[in-house]
Amino acid sequence: MTLAARGLDFGFRDHVVGRALDCFLAAGEVVCLLGPNGSGKSTLMRTLLGLQPRLAGEVTLDGRDLGAWPAAERARRLAWVPQAADSHFDFSLREMVEMGRTAHRGVFASPAPRDREAAHAALERLGIAHLADRPIHGVSGGERQLALIARALATEAGYLVMDEPTANLDYGNQSRVLEEVARLRESGIGVLVSTHHPEHAFRLADRVLLLAAGSLVAQGPTLATLTSAALSRLYGRPIEVVPVRTAGGAEARVCLPAPPANPD
Amino acid sequence: MSRAATVTAFALAALAAVVLWSLSVGRFPVSPGEVWRALWSAVTGAESGLARNVESVILQVRAPRLVAALAVGAALAAAGAAYQNLFKNPLVSPDILGVSAGCALGAGLAILFALPIVAIQGLAFAGGIAAVALVVAVGTWVGRRDPILTLILAGVVVGSLFGAGIALVKYVADPYNQLPAITFWLLGSFGGALPADLAVALPVVALGLVPLVLLRWRIDLLALSEDEARSLGLDVTRLRFVVIACATLVTASAVAIAGVIGWVGLVIPHAARLLVGASFARVMPLSLVLGAAFMLAVDTLCRTVAATEIPPGVATAFVGTPVFIALLAATFRR
Repeated sequence: MTLAARGLDFGFRDHVVGRALDCFLAAGEVVCLLGPNGSGKSTLMRTLLGLQPRLAGEVTLDGRDLGAWPAAERARRLAWVPQAADSHFDFSLREMVEMGRTAHRGVFASPAPRDREAAHAALERLGIAHLADRPIHGVSGGERQLALIARALATEAGYLVMDEPTANLDYGNQSRVLEEVARLRESGIGVLVSTHHPEHAFRLADRVLLLAAGSLVAQGPTLATLTSAALSRLYGRPIEVVPVRTAGGAEARVCLPAPPANPD
Repeated sequence: MSRAATVTAFALAALAAVVLWSLSVGRFPVSPGEVWRALWSAVTGAESGLARNVESVILQVRAPRLVAALAVGAALAAAGAAYQNLFKNPLVSPDILGVSAGCALGAGLAILFALPIVAIQGLAFAGGIAAVALVVAVGTWVGRRDPILTLILAGVVVGSLFGAGIALVKYVADPYNQLPAITFWLLGSFGGALPADLAVALPVVALGLVPLVLLRWRIDLLALSEDEARSLGLDVTRLRFVVIACATLVTASAVAIAGVIGWVGLVIPHAARLLVGASFARVMPLSLVLGAAFMLAVDTLCRTVAATEIPPGVATAFVGTPVFIALLAATFRR
């Protein structure tokens, strides 16, 4: 059971962003998508979500062509977590999360008790149930992002695609969001998450995809793939991956800008 | 949830009170008890025991006008709420988008050629759709940087274009009969609402309102970005067409019944949002009730406070403009 792309050309009719790309996302794993600005991360994600028509190749969801899924069935399997955007409509967190139930009910139907329970469960799972009736503009950026993750969970989708969920968040909120994303894996959800922070990938990801100018320059298990050399090449700057040991004895990795005279 | 239900119950009670008040006040005052008896006998067919002239003031004079005001208020408020969600823009309404002007041009042309009410409605709808199409085209072509302001400006421009068309219609109209008729109708009035016209117009209003109410939980999602709504399983393109068609249809009917009455479509959804939050699913039903009650209260005041009637479109502008300025400030100064 996977979300998979084979020989995928993606981009726009007058501007091809990437060609012949192969990648997949399996249930119960977290995959980080890394790449410099303009490398095509957002376009790739939108294509994998079916929000943008692909130019060639195939994208399959649980073995069936993505375009062949009826919209509602697709939405119950594959969910998108956008970056929290400004809106002039100040929904409450509960209303926001209940929107995730749209694909579970008929065209004219009001939310059923089942929908309310699912929304509440999703809010609880992310530890923001006590904020359910607060307006979305009245909570912190981190809590807003968690609400969008809760909305994706309320769809009961098996795959979540997240577009830089930690963008614009302070360090504490980044940490909180990452913790919750890591926890999703335990319930068997496959998460594809784009980020600008290699350290987030070290903390979260089972595998990484490195995207440069529309093609995957490397993909594989995080520790083996995310080396100093690979990161330096990806971002065009000397970067050193340094293994560290925390006071508690846990192993971790940090990235440091390396002096140019001492590459890798 | 229960809060929305409570608010709606209060709004319905207020609406009932306004209805009784409106039927009893005027040049020929009638007591609320007599109003109640007349309504009861009209519904059940029982003998009311009221003098014939009292019954006729209530049922033949005031009731049609009341029905017209209720329908137009509900229609404009619902259309405003729908456009606001559709365009993700709390500052638009049928009049600000130029839709009312488009409808008025179509209806004015029909009046110019002395066409029946069905044709007035049909041409009003055609004019309204043309106005929406123009506004959307201008908005998408120009407005990447500030879509909210661009849409409002596009509405102003399109509205004034259709306004020029209306001026042309007036210019060529027969100055003794048609010109006064068009002018008074454009000012907005419920006094001319004939039961026969209402019998044609009201089903059309219902035809537009029913889908907006039934689809309210889906229309809610139009306030999100298009990508978000689509990823949640919504057929955004189809729903947008339905919303545009329905909102424009009810606007056209409102204009055909009572001319151009501005601001109701802006003020009422905003008031509803203050009371029950942003969700269209809750704003929409409450807007219907508040819009009907507000329009009827305004019209009743307009025909009772002064020796001569004040056009309700004039009165709503006095209420609407300060609210719009406050909304502008709330949107852009935060």
